[in-house]
Amino acid sequence: MSINLQALSAQLLVGLINGSFYALLSLGLAVIFGMLNIINFAHGALYMMGAFCAYFLLNGLGLNYWFALIIAPVAVGIFGMILERTMLKWLTGLDHLYGLLLTFGLALIIQGVFQNYFGSSGLPYAIPDQLRGGMNLGFMFLPIYRGWVVIFSLVVCLLTWYLIERTRLGAYLRAATENPTLVRAFGINVPRMITLTYGLGVGLAALAGVLSAPINQVRPLMGTDLIIVVFAVVVIGGMGSIMGSIITGFTLGIVEGLTKYFYPEASNTVVFVLMVLVLLVKPAGLTGRAT
Amino acid sequence: MIAFVLMTVLLAIVPFTGIYPFFVMQGLCFALLACAFNLLVGYGGLLSFGHAMFLGTAGYFTAHALKVWGLSPELGIIFGTAGAAALAVITGLVAIRRLGIYFAMITLALSQLVYFIYLQTPFTHGEDGIQGIPQGKLFGIFDLSQPTTLYYVILAGFLLGFLLIYRTINSPFGEVLKAIRENEPRAISLGYKTDQYKFLAYVLSGTLAGLAGSLKVFVAQNASLTDVHWSMSGEIVLMTLVGGLGTVFGPVVGAFVIIAMQQYLAGFGQWVTVIQGAVFVICVLTFRRGIIGELAHFFRRSL
Repeated sequence: MSINLQALSAQLLVGLINGSFYALLSLGLAVIFGMLNIINFAHGALYMMGAFCAYFLLNGLGLNYWFALIIAPVAVGIFGMILERTMLKWLTGLDHLYGLLLTFGLALIIQGVFQNYFGSSGLPYAIPDQLRGGMNLGFMFLPIYRGWVVIFSLVVCLLTWYLIERTRLGAYLRAATENPTLVRAFGINVPRMITLTYGLGVGLAALAGVLSAPINQVRPLMGTDLIIVVFAVVVIGGMGSIMGSIITGFTLGIVEGLTKYFYPEASNTVVFVLMVLVLLVKPAGLTGRAT
Repeated sequence: MIAFVLMTVLLAIVPFTGIYPFFVMQGLCFALLACAFNLLVGYGGLLSFGHAMFLGTAGYFTAHALKVWGLSPELGIIFGTAGAAALAVITGLVAIRRLGIYFAMITLALSQLVYFIYLQTPFTHGEDGIQGIPQGKLFGIFDLSQPTTLYYVILAGFLLGFLLIYRTINSPFGEVLKAIRENEPRAISLGYKTDQYKFLAYVLSGTLAGLAGSLKVFVAQNASLTDVHWSMSGEIVLMTLVGGLGTVFGPVVGAFVIIAMQQYLAGFGQWVTVIQGAVFVICVLTFRRGIIGELAHFFRRSL
C-alpha cells in the first residue's frame, strides 16, 4: 500500500487538533473530579458556551478573537462557579451518581436553550487575520491557524500541569483532594478552593470551545458527541494524573487521525474500541489508580 | 402485594376506559425498560448510561426477524431479547471491570460504539430505520394488529418482566446485590464474588430491557436510531429518577409521567429538552427519593 504523505499528514494534523480538545477537556474533567468528586457531564455544554461566547463577543460587541480567548473562559468560568455555588455544592457527601445526574440535567438545559434560539445548524466564525494563510513545510501545507491551535493548547495544558504540580496553590489543591478536612483544619478555605477549581476546569473547556470555533463552526450540539469521546479518553487514561490526561488526549487524537487515513469507516469508533481493549488488558486505565 | 393487584387491575381495564391504548402500550414498554434499569441502579448501585443499546438492539433484531425473515411474533421476541442478552454479556464483561463512577462513562461510551455500528451496518437502514413491520399472529392465534389483543399481549409481557424483577429483588441474589450497593468491600470480605453478582445483574437487566425493546416494535411498528441514541439512555435514567430509584413501583410511575409529559409538551419543540433537564436538576436537588420513594417514606413502608 503506497502512502500519500500529503493526505496522511493532513489527517494527522486533524487528529492532533482533536487531540488538543480531548486533552483540554479531559484535563478539566480530571481536575474537577479530583476536588468535587463528580463527573461533570455539563463539560460539553460549557465547551459549546465558550464557542458561543466568542461568537457573541465578535458579532455583538465587536471584540475580536484575541479578546475572546481571554474573556470567554473567564465568563464561562464565572458561570460555572455560580452553578457550583448554587447547586453542585449541595451534593457534597452524596453518592457520585447524583453529581452525574445533576450535571447531565444542566447540560440538557443549556443545550436546549441554545438550540431554541440558534437551531442546529452551524454559525460561521472567521479565522483571525493574523493567523490566516498557511506555510509550505515541503511535505505538507500547514494552515497557520491549525498549527496555532495545537501549540497553544499544548502550552495551556503544560501551564495547568505546572500550576497544579509545581506551585504552592497546586500543593493546597492536591492536599485538599487527598484530605479536605485536614486541609481545612490548617485554615485554608476549602469550599472556596472547590469553587475556583470548578471554575478552572470549566474555563479550560470554554477555552477549547473558542479555539474550535473557527474550525468546527459554532453549533449548539458541538459538545454532545465530543463529551462522550472524552469520557472514553478519561476511562483509557484514568483520572489519577494530570500529565496522564494530557498525553492520553493527544495520543488518542493522533490515533484517530491515523485511522481516518488508513480505515476511515472506523474513525468515529476507534477510541471506543481502544477503551474496550484497555479495559480488558489493564482495567485501572493506563495511568490511573485502581477503582 | 395489594399495590401490585391494584396496578394490574388498573392496567387491565384500560381498553374499556377510552384512554388511548397506544399511549398506555408505549408507557408499558418504557415502564418495563425503566424497571430493568432500576434493577441495576436501584439495587446494584450501578448507574448505566447506555441502556438504550439494549432497547435498540432488541428492536432492530425483532424488526429484522419479522420483516425480512418473516418469523412469527413469538420467535421475533425471543430473537430480539436473545440479541440484547448477548450484547449484555459482551458489554458486561468489559463494563464490570471498573468500579463506581467509571461504570457510567464506560456504558455510555459502549452504547455510543453500538450506535455508530448501527449507523453504518446495512440491515438497520441507517437514518431511515426499519419501517412498516408486520405485527403477525402470536402463537398463530392472537392477531396483534387488533389494538385490544395487542394491548393485552403487551400487558402480559410487562407483567412477566415486572414479576421476574420483583422476584429477583426479593431473592437471596437480590439481598447480596443490595449488600454490594451498600458496602462492596464488606461484601467481598464476607466471601461474595461481587463481580459475578454484578455481572449477572447487568445481564438480567440488559435482557429485560431487550424484552421491552422487542415488545415496543409491535407498538411502534418501526425500529430506528433514536432508540439507540444516548438521549434515550438519559430518558430512561430520568424516568427511574422521577419515580424513585430503588423502589419497586417507582419506575412504572416515572415512565408514565415522562411519556405523558412528552405527549403534552410535544408542541413546544426543543423546550421539551430544557424541561427534562430542569426536572433532572429539581429531582436531584430537592426530590431525590422520587414520587414513589417519597410516598413510601411518608407511609413508612416499602413500595
